[in-house]
Amino acid sequence: MSDRTGERLHEVSLVVNGQARSGACTARTSLVDFLRETLRLTGTHVGCEHGICGACSVMLDDRPVRSCLMFAVQAAGHRITTVEGLANPDGSMSVLQDSFCEAHGLQCGYCTPGMLIAAQALLDRNVQPTEFEIRDAIGGNLCRCTGYQQIVDAVRLASARLAGGAGQPATAADASPAAPAA
Amino acid sequence: MKPAPFEYLRADTLDDACKFLATHGAEAKLIAGGQSLVPMLAMRLLRPAWLIDIGEIAALARVVIDPDAITIGACARQHVLAAHDGLAAALPVLGQALAWVGHEQTRNRGTLGGSLVHADPSAELPLVAVMLDARLALQSTARGTRVLSAREFFTGPMSTLMEPDECLVEVRFERWSAPCVGSAFDEVAIRHGDFALASACAQVAIDAAGRCERVALALGGVAGAPLDCSVQAASLVGSVPDDGAVDALAQAVAGGLEPPGDLHASAEYRRSLAQTLCARVLRAACARARGALTEAR
Amino acid sequence: MTDPGQPAAGQHFRYIGTHRRTREDPRFVMGRGRYAADVHLPGMKHVALVASPYPSARIVSIDARSALALPGVVAVLTGEELAQHTDFLYVGVDAPGVKRYPLAVDVVRYAGEWVAAVVADSRALAEDAAELVDVVYESLPFVIDPEVAVRADAPSVHAAHPSNVLYRRKFVWGEVDKSFAQAAHQLECRVRWGRSSTVPIETFAVLAQWSAGTEILDIWASIQMPKYPDQTARALRLPGNAVRVHFDVDVGGSYGVKRGIKHTVLAGYLARKLGVPVRLIEDRLENMRGGDMQGPDRIFDVALAFDDRGVVQAMRIRALDDVGAYAGRSPLQLGKPVGAICGPYRIRHVEYEPCSVMTNKTPQEAVRGFGQAPTNYAIETAMDRMARQLGIDRIEVRRRNLIGRDEFPYLIPSGTHYDSGDYEAVLDKALAQAGHEELVRRRDAARAQGRLAGIGIATCLEPSGGNSSFEVLFNPKNETTTWMEASLVRVDLSGSITAVMNTSSSGQGHETLVSTVVGEVLEREPSSIRVIHADSLNALPSNSPVGSRMAIMLGGAAAGAARRIRASLMAIAAHNLELPLEALEYVGGEVRVTGDPDRSMSWDQLVEIAHRKFHRMPAGLEPGLQASFVWEVPTGGGLPTPDGRIQMYPCHSFETHVVYLEIDRDTGKPQIHRYVCGHDCGVMISPDIVHGMTFGGIAHGIGAALYEKFAFSEEGQLLAGTFMDYLIPSAHEVPSMSIVDHCTPSPLTTFGQKGSGEAGYLGGPAAIASAINDALAPLSESIDELPMTHEALWLRSRPGRGPSAAGHPVPR
Repeated sequence: MSDRTGERLHEVSLVVNGQARSGACTARTSLVDFLRETLRLTGTHVGCEHGICGACSVMLDDRPVRSCLMFAVQAAGHRITTVEGLANPDGSMSVLQDSFCEAHGLQCGYCTPGMLIAAQALLDRNVQPTEFEIRDAIGGNLCRCTGYQQIVDAVRLASARLAGGAGQPATAADASPAAPAA
Repeated sequence: MKPAPFEYLRADTLDDACKFLATHGAEAKLIAGGQSLVPMLAMRLLRPAWLIDIGEIAALARVVIDPDAITIGACARQHVLAAHDGLAAALPVLGQALAWVGHEQTRNRGTLGGSLVHADPSAELPLVAVMLDARLALQSTARGTRVLSAREFFTGPMSTLMEPDECLVEVRFERWSAPCVGSAFDEVAIRHGDFALASACAQVAIDAAGRCERVALALGGVAGAPLDCSVQAASLVGSVPDDGAVDALAQAVAGGLEPPGDLHASAEYRRSLAQTLCARVLRAACARARGALTEAR
Repeated sequence: MTDPGQPAAGQHFRYIGTHRRTREDPRFVMGRGRYAADVHLPGMKHVALVASPYPSARIVSIDARSALALPGVVAVLTGEELAQHTDFLYVGVDAPGVKRYPLAVDVVRYAGEWVAAVVADSRALAEDAAELVDVVYESLPFVIDPEVAVRADAPSVHAAHPSNVLYRRKFVWGEVDKSFAQAAHQLECRVRWGRSSTVPIETFAVLAQWSAGTEILDIWASIQMPKYPDQTARALRLPGNAVRVHFDVDVGGSYGVKRGIKHTVLAGYLARKLGVPVRLIEDRLENMRGGDMQGPDRIFDVALAFDDRGVVQAMRIRALDDVGAYAGRSPLQLGKPVGAICGPYRIRHVEYEPCSVMTNKTPQEAVRGFGQAPTNYAIETAMDRMARQLGIDRIEVRRRNLIGRDEFPYLIPSGTHYDSGDYEAVLDKALAQAGHEELVRRRDAARAQGRLAGIGIATCLEPSGGNSSFEVLFNPKNETTTWMEASLVRVDLSGSITAVMNTSSSGQGHETLVSTVVGEVLEREPSSIRVIHADSLNALPSNSPVGSRMAIMLGGAAAGAARRIRASLMAIAAHNLELPLEALEYVGGEVRVTGDPDRSMSWDQLVEIAHRKFHRMPAGLEPGLQASFVWEVPTGGGLPTPDGRIQMYPCHSFETHVVYLEIDRDTGKPQIHRYVCGHDCGVMISPDIVHGMTFGGIAHGIGAALYEKFAFSEEGQLLAGTFMDYLIPSAHEVPSMSIVDHCTPSPLTTFGQKGSGEAGYLGGPAAIASAINDALAPLSESIDELPMTHEALWLRSRPGRGPSAAGHPVPR
């Protein structure tokens, strides 16, 4: 099988968000391009294509990886989880997703899928991480909107909720009198 | 930023990979974790005709801990090594180094062997291999298996003695027999997870009196390849390594360096960092060795 | 009827200022955003670019035969062809000789400039073909150093322009020379602001489709740019109504720079020519080198004249800004600071000499703050120097110069009235929050142990409201005196509310803003209000989210439209209840008879009358229930005086930063231990959004101060063209931060709000620099250049090693 330029096409079969999926792509097609362009799962984003920004993070067999640093052919036979697969089975937001909304842990949303993947992987193995552990887990994901503060707050909130706490949102500011001071 | 076209083959066994390399070696590239290779492909700095994936060969991912040595398969993933309880006890410097390697997401894919054969002069794992003078087993269809010392393996930036038809199979680290051994790894990178401007790692064995019995020291980022400084470090052997001796050694080692300069660090800055890190890792390794001594008592 | 744009004093808010979830976040956390690169059209083709390897060269020939012979390649476009069929791109100042087209014509002026575009079935194939385009260049002299570029004998970047200087003027406001001559003390200092940018994680992406049937060019783009549809149409020689920009595309961050006009003209031309949808998504290499999004690159010479107490009497600022190889809007980034040229200080005499110079570097684009953050850094550095020279505490000298809370509106020498503020209150709050006295003890204890520790302080202004007065100031041929914004609010037959905004958003939460203010005015739950982004053919006038203006301008416009709806509802009720308006009150969407709770008309009843029952409508009221409102910028409309005084922006937020950091003297590594920002942007419509943007601005400031630089080699090559070399701080480098709010409402705006989109960034770099120099002070060392790299810190961290001690060359 090859495309009309003569470049060989590989049939790649894998499990994405619990569903068996397959598609044809060239060997040089990155996993993120395969997810976005072939499977039309555009929740995962491309930021740098050289493995620094983390926007393309997905889980490969439950571990976060950069999908720009893998070729789709390498992922054949593996399980992939993208941001579209993080929601609860009934389609509602996961605790982490909901916590990102509650703490406003995002702005433009572009790095968010990668942040969610990194943070979910952290909480999956350590439900009560320290602030350092949170920052370390998202340390390979660049964000230009938030300064990471409200992302850390969101992960902390999710942690508190998952660990059975009351889950009050972490305060982003020390004081926020909304009414005029005068 | 898309790679030039290539063909892809997933090797099921080491023999398959070697056979393929025997015929296509010059135009093929092995990929395991791909965390360093893929950006180079994406930027078209490399354009192999074939990419041979050895990342799924289970036999290349083994970790074997023997009384006198630790043998790690070339394709063992970095996250496996970082979380390996046996390795934490038997080869702690590996875990100390892995804490500095990239990020969780790259460690989940990156392999020990991939980092070694990529041979970035400021990478962490080659530095550990050189410090402990690891033995690298290379296999080819033509010449069978040969074993190289890590201290000879690295020949320059992104350059090793590995032939195009060879595959790195496993890496063997000697376990020091002395009872009180301490190791340490330290580096300075501008951002956490970046390649180091300079790095150092050391391992020290002390006797019951606290005297240095054996020492190994290596520096990264200051030459074309990880720099073994064990011969100079041997000056510590036979006495209790106090601050004065450590500082003098660090100064002597740094004085002989001719590091490269680039956008982020001049040669002089790198030399100074190397001196600082050299002293820090020696002190930390000695402290850990003394800690082991205290525990042993 | 009162003017819907009028502010209302002493308001109590139901939704404004409360913690509420945003309208936008749910779709993003579910992976359901829709960015430009997510838009997929059948048959679309992909563009890759051929970039110049030379900083300056003549294009001798372009041979695309090999590229075109590659299967899957559709076209190769050169600048020569494009220039024949399009008009050159907008230039912000009067420099007709500085022409820019999306692709280089005849000569290239920076390394990375786009020379040809390849269109193919896939991006990978387009890149394959781009490698095969054979361009022959003849290298030409080039200039990289802006101080060389201003000289008469420097190589010319644009031969058709008289020199490399795009704009230069000396403004003198007040008796500057006299004040300097009479002052007890003076100081002069030079600081450099390194070339960095906002570098969003999404690169610029555009998809263009030409419909031959309707003769409309549809554009989906990750754009944040005023007049974008108009400029696209003009360059493509199309009528404005032939370009339809779809503003409902989510934009993956911008902070000023997403101005892909050249990308759009290129893709638009190709789509029309080829008859297929054409997608151009910059890859990161194209984005960094040829995306024309690098930020200000400035040398400031600042002089202060002051008395024994540290009261500043006059200031001179000379700013040399290296804008790179083309003009665009970049020279105007020297213009906006005119509106806050004396910072928050009572400086009565100011001389300002901005000079915009071209070099053979990647062109500059608008960056968060539009030139204000570098200016603030220069002013704040001078204030710190003055304190040191006099031996007075840095906080104390600021107190002695801050404009007092009772002095507003305050007219600064360059013609802007600051609307309101209480600077000292914000300063006090920030110091208290930071535990300043404890920080001083901590610093001194660290010093006693031989460590390098410093406290940074900055008190900075944040002009907001995004007028464009710098255009008329810097270009006499330009008479732009409005920078209006508009909104339309509609209540449908079901009673649902839809509000229309007329531009795209790049993370600022405009849907939340609009739904909150419309909900506030109509007293309806904001989460039930839908906010849509009209496409440009359906849109009302907009000037896009620049200049920290949307809370003010879009918020004001949406509130104005909602007030018109509310007035209509009241009028319908009055007519049907046969009572005067004064007898009625509007409560939660229904209209009640004051004092008679049993007599009322419900929301549904009123809506139904408006939509179905014309016979029950009051005379003169349009049926249906929709209203639009176009709002001119408060204080806008003026032209400059001959000596260059003009009201720049209407509103002025204020921020105080307090930073504590230490420097590892052996490695030069800085670590920020405490970061507090005191912030007053008037009434916050959505505090969570304001705080988020402020935190992001601080982090961006940390990047500009310590990490990020588009470094160029002496040969004109960009050295930091990847994320491996252009160092964006991660969650490891950005510390935990806190914000303390203060609220001085603006008297000029609907709810007392001011802008905050550039918050944090405007004072952050100044504060970090202040902390670094405080840490180095015991060594009698200082750094006057951003970013303050690890190596620069190391170099100065040990006595006898720094440049001042050893004459060591400072790494640039």
